[in-house]
Amino acid sequence: MSEQPLPVVDYMKIPDDGDPYLEGHKCGECDAIFLGERNICSKCGTRDRMGTIKLSTQGSLYSYAIVHRSFPGVEVPYISAVVDLDDGATLKGNLIKVDPDPEKINFGMPVEVIFADALGRKDRDGNSYLSYFFQPRA
Amino acid sequence: MTDAYVVGVDMIKFGRFPEKTVPQIGSEAIMMALDDCGMTIHDIQALYSGNLGQASGMVGQRILHEIGQTGIPVINVSNACATGATAFREAWASIKAGLYDCVLAVGVEQMGRGLLGGAGGGTGISKEGLLGSGTMPAVFAEAGMEHSNKYGTTFEQFAKVSVKNHHHSTMNSKAMYQIETPLETVMNAEMISYPNTKLMCSVNVDGSAAAVICSEKKTRELGLMGRAIKVRASILASDPWQERDLVMPDVNSCTRKAAKEAYEMAGLGAEDIDLIELHDCFATAEILHYDNLGLCEDGGAGRLIDDGDVALGGRIPVNVSGGLLSKGHPLGATGIANIYEVSTHLRGEAGARQVEGARIGLTHVIGLGSACGIHILEKA
Repeated sequence: MSEQPLPVVDYMKIPDDGDPYLEGHKCGECDAIFLGERNICSKCGTRDRMGTIKLSTQGSLYSYAIVHRSFPGVEVPYISAVVDLDDGATLKGNLIKVDPDPEKINFGMPVEVIFADALGRKDRDGNSYLSYFFQPRA
Repeated sequence: MTDAYVVGVDMIKFGRFPEKTVPQIGSEAIMMALDDCGMTIHDIQALYSGNLGQASGMVGQRILHEIGQTGIPVINVSNACATGATAFREAWASIKAGLYDCVLAVGVEQMGRGLLGGAGGGTGISKEGLLGSGTMPAVFAEAGMEHSNKYGTTFEQFAKVSVKNHHHSTMNSKAMYQIETPLETVMNAEMISYPNTKLMCSVNVDGSAAAVICSEKKTRELGLMGRAIKVRASILASDPWQERDLVMPDVNSCTRKAAKEAYEMAGLGAEDIDLIELHDCFATAEILHYDNLGLCEDGGAGRLIDDGDVALGGRIPVNVSGGLLSKGHPLGATGIANIYEVSTHLRGEAGARQVEGARIGLTHVIGLGSACGIHILEKA
């Protein structure tokens, strides 16, 4: 079992010294940004021109759903949010610190990416995980 | 190149049949489609069989084990919710290519109940409710709210889709449900993923549908042109690259691409279509496709539902069968079931829900991941 929490997705990086961040792969030809490692750009087809970038932690709310019915064990309601980051990438995750009420949720509202424990979820080996969440920008 | 005609087509009444096997359910629709054109399995030169749940289970061959092992080639097809349409299109293509002059397409599904989808399993921990939701009602809620963001579409407008389609299904004895659901009932039903309430989610049902497709020469030889339906266009598209692909499965750009190509192939425009069966897997989705199929200018979809243009008796009736919302959505069967529905109207045999004077109809399905199948059909 790992002493340190593990990243919830492979595009989250947790440096030994320094803050966790999300990593994008950006095409050197057409600037398309992807989550997760790849060598070929699915937008323009260029090979071997992918470079890694540290994704922005700042963005705005593009779309959402308020989830009232989920799988057993998942706490509801919660806001499933699609966020456009300032650097052009798009992420999906839980929007926290906002009431799950359409009256309280505004399209385009500024949000930031924060890193926190994965709601106490552990894998079969007892490992903890670090996840990311969105919250309204201070 | 020959034209291709649907000469026999039918679907079973959708429902829940846990006591039956998938091949048994598929066989029923095939026998009905064969009866519709007075053929037997011995007249069929190839079988294109669509099913998702047992995609590696040789469903087409097992169907022939039920109804006649004639040794014909069987092509088993799986393409998410576009499975049935893909099987139909492959059958169509074989006629167009001149490989065969009489083939059969079938779609069949046996569904469980409950939520489909869900974010991540695999290694590590479940991502559902941690990195948002991958459940289908949430995914299509997000797709709907994207439309709200752009055009101000409201919860009430989304809900009206469900009122309309449930109303239509009261006239369709093959639909799973025949119940009216007034607007308050739809909006006050259990919220699954805002803005989709339970009555705004398609019904998981078991079902099957089948079509016999012939070349022009064969159709004439058999004297079947009278009730035949000409396939004016058959298009399949996958999702072209979009910037939010990685987090929002794309149902829009592949529909737009397929629609454009289908209208071109048919030499027709959206204004020429008399009725449409489109992929209302959720009430939110139907609204998007009014724009995507060119029934209005972009952003006009909310007004279309408000004005009743898309209801039976309106300018361009959509989902007069009751749609996936009330007829039900047996994934692999849906693409052929909507071809059955449109064909029935073009033949003037749709009874109380008949779209008067219907001459040309369009069917549309979306498989998330994504695949879009569009067919344009015309009375021969």
